[in-house]
Amino acid sequence: MYETNYHRASSVEEAVKLMGAAAEGKYLSGGMTLIPTMKQRLAAPTDLVDLRHIAEMKGIAVDGRSVRIGAATTHEEVAASAALAAVCPALCGLASRIGDPHVRHMGTIGGSIANNDPAADYPAAMLALDATIVTDRREIKAGDFFTGLFETAIENGEIVTAVRFEAPARAAYQKFANPASRYAMAGVFVARRDDGAVRVAVTGAGADGVFRHPGLEAALAANWSPDAVANVTIDASALLSDLHASAAYRANLVKVLAKRAVAAA
Amino acid sequence: MAKITMTVNGRQVSGSCDDRTLLVHFIRENLGLTGTHVGCDTTQCGACVVHMDGQSVKSCSILAVQAAGSSITTIEGLAANGELHPVQAAFKAHHGLQCGFCTPGMVMTAVDIIRRHGSGLDEATVRAELEGNICRCTGYHNIVQAVLAAAAGMGGARQAAE
Repeated sequence: MYETNYHRASSVEEAVKLMGAAAEGKYLSGGMTLIPTMKQRLAAPTDLVDLRHIAEMKGIAVDGRSVRIGAATTHEEVAASAALAAVCPALCGLASRIGDPHVRHMGTIGGSIANNDPAADYPAAMLALDATIVTDRREIKAGDFFTGLFETAIENGEIVTAVRFEAPARAAYQKFANPASRYAMAGVFVARRDDGAVRVAVTGAGADGVFRHPGLEAALAANWSPDAVANVTIDASALLSDLHASAAYRANLVKVLAKRAVAAA
Repeated sequence: MAKITMTVNGRQVSGSCDDRTLLVHFIRENLGLTGTHVGCDTTQCGACVVHMDGQSVKSCSILAVQAAGSSITTIEGLAANGELHPVQAAFKAHHGLQCGFCTPGMVMTAVDIIRRHGSGLDEATVRAELEGNICRCTGYHNIVQAVLAAAAGMGGARQAAE
C-alpha cells in the first residue's frame, strides 16, 4: 500500500471540510473494498476521510412503509433489523448474503452504492425499490445515480449520507454467487407495488453495470408469476462475458433468478 | 506516523505506526501478539479474524488507525485464569484443527457465531457462517463439530447461570 494520511470525521460537515483540504482524497466507510484495493496499489488516495464515526449517518428508521437507512449502516445491521424485516425482508436477506460475516460487520450500504461495483448487490435493490439516494447536498433517484461501471452521479467531495424508499408490497432478491468471491455472477431484485407496478433490476450481469429489465417488468406486471418470465427474451448482447461466465450463460441466469425471485417474493 | 491508543485484550496499549499500517501488522509487530495470522492477505481466508468492539472483523483489511479507540480481542485474550475458553476447549476435544494455521481465526469466528446465534445452532448455520474462513487442510468436519459442541456447552452454562 502506498502512503496515505488518515483523518477521522465526527460530522458530515467536518468530513466535507477534510476532503476539501485533501489533494486526492477518498472517503472511507467500512473499507471492505477500498482497503483491499489500496493494498493491491490499484488505488492510492493521498488522504482517507473516515466516515465510520459519524453518528448522524447510522441507523435504520421505519415509519409505516417509509424506510430510511443511514449510509454508514453496516450490512449486518441491515440484515438483523427487525423493523426493516417487518416491511422489506428482501433487503435484509440481500444484506445477509454479502461477503461473509466479518465483511458484513464492517461494510456499509453507503459504501456499496457509492462504489457501484457492477457485481455488488445493493445497487440492484436501490434500482428496483426506486430508492432515493440522499447526499450532503441533494437527493438523487437511484435511476439517475448509477451511471456505469464503478461510476455514479456523485461529484467530487459529495457524500452519500442515507437512502430512502417506500417498501413495496412484495419483493425478493436472488443471486448466483461466484463461489470464490461471493459477488453476484448475476443477481435479480424484483419489487411489486400495491398498484401492480413492477420493477426488476439486474446486477452482476450487465456490461455497463446494474440495469432495469423492461421486458421482465412488463411480463410480471401483466402476470406476477414465475411462468410469466418463461416467455421473456434476455438479450445477451449487453451482458458481461468474463472468465467466470459467458454473456449467454448470464442471460440464462437472469431468467432463472427472476423466476426464483418472483417465487420467493 | 500516527500515534494510536486502543484496548487490546483488556489492556490499554499505545504505539506509533504509519497511517497505512494494517491492524494485523500492528497487533503482530508492535504488540508482539503473533497468534493472529496473515493467511491470504486478500480478505478471503479469515486467519486474521479478531474482535473489534465485540464483532468479528478481518484485521488484514482494516488500518490500525481505523481501530484507534476501539476494543480489540485477539486469540490471546480468550483464555482466562489459565483455563481455555470453552470454544478453545471444544476445538481441542474435537480435534478441530490439522496444521493449525487457520485455527486462531476459526476460534475467534466461532465465538462470534455463538454470540449471535446462541445455543440453537445447527450444522447448516455453522457451515454457512464459516464462509469467511478457509481451512486449507480442508478439516472443516471437526471444526464444525467443535463449534456445535461449544455452542451447546456455552448455552447450557448460560442457562445454569440464569
